[in-house]
Amino acid sequence: MTVLAERHAVHDHPEHHEGPTGLLKWMTSTDHKVIGMNYIVTSLVMFFLAGLMALLIRYQLLSPEGGTSLGRLSNQQFNELFTMHGSLMLYLFAGPFAFGGLANFILPLQVGAPDMAFPRLNALSYWLYLSGSITMMLGFLSAGGAAAFGWVGYAPLSESTFSPGAGPDLWILAIALTGFSAIFTGVNLVTTTFYLRAPGLTMFRLPLFTWAMLVTAILILIAFPILTAAMVMLFADRHFGTHIYTVAGGGVPVLYQNLFWFFGHPEVYILALPYFGIVSEIIPVFSRKPMFGYKGMVFATMAIAALSTGVWAHHMFTTGTVLLPFFSLLSLLIAVPTGIKFFNWIGTMWGGQISFKVPMLFCIGFLFAFLMGGLTGIMLASPPIDFATHDTYFVVAHFHQVLFGTAVFAGFAGFYYWYPKFTGRMLRESLGRWHFWLMFIGFWLTFMPQYRLGLEGMPRRVATYDPGLGWQFLNQLSTVGAVIIAISFVFMLANLLVSWRNPVPAGDNPWDGHTLEWFATSPPLHHNFDRLPPVRSERPVWDFHHPDALALAHSTNGNGTHREPVGVGSSSDDGHE
Amino acid sequence: MNAPTTGSTGAAALKRHPRRLALIGAVALPFVLGGCQLPSFWGYRGSTSQAHDEFTLYSGTFIAAIVVGAITAALIIWSIVRYRRRSDDIPRQFQYHFGLEITYTIVPIIIVLALFGFTVVTENAVDNVAPHPAVSIDVYAFQWGWQFKYAGEDVNVEGETLNDPDPIGLNGGACAPANRCLGPGLIVPAGKTVRIYLRSKDTIHGFYVPQFNFSRYAQPGVLNKFDLTVQKTGIYRAQCTQFCGLYHSEMFFHVVALPGAQFQQWLDSERNVTFPPVHRPTGPPTGVDTTAAGTASHASTSTRKAAA
Repeated sequence: MTVLAERHAVHDHPEHHEGPTGLLKWMTSTDHKVIGMNYIVTSLVMFFLAGLMALLIRYQLLSPEGGTSLGRLSNQQFNELFTMHGSLMLYLFAGPFAFGGLANFILPLQVGAPDMAFPRLNALSYWLYLSGSITMMLGFLSAGGAAAFGWVGYAPLSESTFSPGAGPDLWILAIALTGFSAIFTGVNLVTTTFYLRAPGLTMFRLPLFTWAMLVTAILILIAFPILTAAMVMLFADRHFGTHIYTVAGGGVPVLYQNLFWFFGHPEVYILALPYFGIVSEIIPVFSRKPMFGYKGMVFATMAIAALSTGVWAHHMFTTGTVLLPFFSLLSLLIAVPTGIKFFNWIGTMWGGQISFKVPMLFCIGFLFAFLMGGLTGIMLASPPIDFATHDTYFVVAHFHQVLFGTAVFAGFAGFYYWYPKFTGRMLRESLGRWHFWLMFIGFWLTFMPQYRLGLEGMPRRVATYDPGLGWQFLNQLSTVGAVIIAISFVFMLANLLVSWRNPVPAGDNPWDGHTLEWFATSPPLHHNFDRLPPVRSERPVWDFHHPDALALAHSTNGNGTHREPVGVGSSSDDGHE
Repeated sequence: MNAPTTGSTGAAALKRHPRRLALIGAVALPFVLGGCQLPSFWGYRGSTSQAHDEFTLYSGTFIAAIVVGAITAALIIWSIVRYRRRSDDIPRQFQYHFGLEITYTIVPIIIVLALFGFTVVTENAVDNVAPHPAVSIDVYAFQWGWQFKYAGEDVNVEGETLNDPDPIGLNGGACAPANRCLGPGLIVPAGKTVRIYLRSKDTIHGFYVPQFNFSRYAQPGVLNKFDLTVQKTGIYRAQCTQFCGLYHSEMFFHVVALPGAQFQQWLDSERNVTFPPVHRPTGPPTGVDTTAAGTASHASTSTRKAAA
């Protein structure tokens, strides 16, 4: 059967939301879609900046002495670059891209709401995030350079004794600002999900992306206040004469690590769960099947979140100050719900009609990347293996495979998937496939050699290495891979340019989507919906467009029941068509 | 609920694909044969007794990871090849299969608990500290070098990378460029239990010897102790792994395991020697494998602090 997008008569709809346009709209809007786009654009800028820093890092590691005959980075420059690369990617890209960008835009649409619960708080979140991002980057302009103590900022290295200057202060302030931004967004996402759902949209009919964002937002509320508090105390140590993390004044340096990772490990799942949610949206749509084990998926998401609050010290196995078996067991157990997710994704594809459009390609890339990163993660959860590989390139390869798998593969899957909804335009399939395949090849070429380097003993965060150890070739392979990844993004930018200059209209529902955002126009109206389909399962839009398909055994939409769209708000006459 | 076809994952898929079974068999074979020689998987087999324990766990876990990864990857590849879109039909809509879901919850739990059991046994062996070690050494890490004090022996070795005290005379008093230096030497007797008391004088550092499959943080305010029993004489390069500032990349040291008598000889000669030992004309002691160390030039005598 052919699938035609359900067109709304947009032109007949009186747009009585005359507001500012252009820059003024961007600066003053409280519309979740405008703020979401602001977040997406800002976080992608951060992603590209951090990517360029990664290229400089890989350039330095081309040779044991650093760089090529064209020149090398100084140790200080190198240290600043890997610090800012990590900070930008983790604090300013991977998180905000998901919970500030994609969730902001998509979550209210998926629950059938006109906006976020607290639109002005939402705007405040964005402006805190933007000012935090600028604050962090300003470090490069300060006399002593940007922060150069790694993205974790371990005390006492981050204390004023060892890292004086404005760069580290700006870094600390930036983390605090973006921390508040994340907390406010978390409040907004939780409230929106709980209070603004469309009629019939019970919790167990929520799209899995919304579920993932709800659980992520709760994790944000658990984790980010700890980080912000840790940063405030670090700032007090640096400027107000406290000795919270310094031995000299009776403080405890290892406290910083405990606080940081109590944030930092939930943070890893704050960066992963939204992307699991994206994959759980895309695979069913492109397989033309419902999510296999939907409820198991929800419980797996909650189990991961619960366990993630009890595993922070697996980053501290080699400190000699933590109870190894406890943190090891909890860390290993996270593999169980993650495995459930994997098999559910496979079960969804099983027996389906899989169409390999670009979003689906990126999801499959994610599956392979995360499988590899997950397996090495299980190895690292075992303390003796961690003793052998801690702070080596083995760990670098592991977390890049995990985070690149989620934030980049799954993140750009989501970007390609929802871009028609954001803009009303399609991206080109061929350029998207070039983007995917180059990135996929570059990804494996970049990170697989790093496992081997780590096993041979190459520590992370080194600007030079012994030429006698034979590490140069593997490092060169890794650099070539990084360049291929960079080239792949040229195709993505070209794709954006082509779609801007030569638009192909998307229609409201180009992928035969399942969830409510595909019932809105592309781009959605100012208040998102003027009508909604009846919600009888977790696939209301699919049910609406496939009335003849056999209903799921557990859903309540028998054939022939009421399936007309219902007007939103008081206008029950549904008068727009 | 109503999904009979989804029951055919795992085992059934394997039956249909004898080659996959053969692959898993080939991977698991060394494990089945009693682990007389586990594959190294690019890791170090380990030069201390503690490192051997770690290596056995590493290799076994790696085999398990290959099996799990191969099955999962095969299922993904099978799905995307077999179920690629061939028509515009809507496939059968199914969503739950209780037995299958329970299976892939229980089986990973069993795998993980087994791994946890091996982990606990290994980490107890690795972290075990003997009541009466043969030698006790206080190790202090600092920006950017190491100090080794032999308890009760009045022997002190201290050095930064470019001002290399190099106690057994491998590469003279100093070396350059920095990334070719070995750093100060931690001299230990082979075959005996050596107790390390690890501290830091400033920031956090990482005591890491790759071939010992072991690392431990040196932290201000924390005293870490652990045992090393080096089984083979030799020179083992080592390095700080926890990022500690500007010259983190060059914070090297090396461990030299000498035969017991030679170690005692070295200790006697070193006693009461004022630091730093300037010139040490004797070559490497016999029985020590210097090939692992490589060669190092010695051009500069400048210290790190002078360079910085």
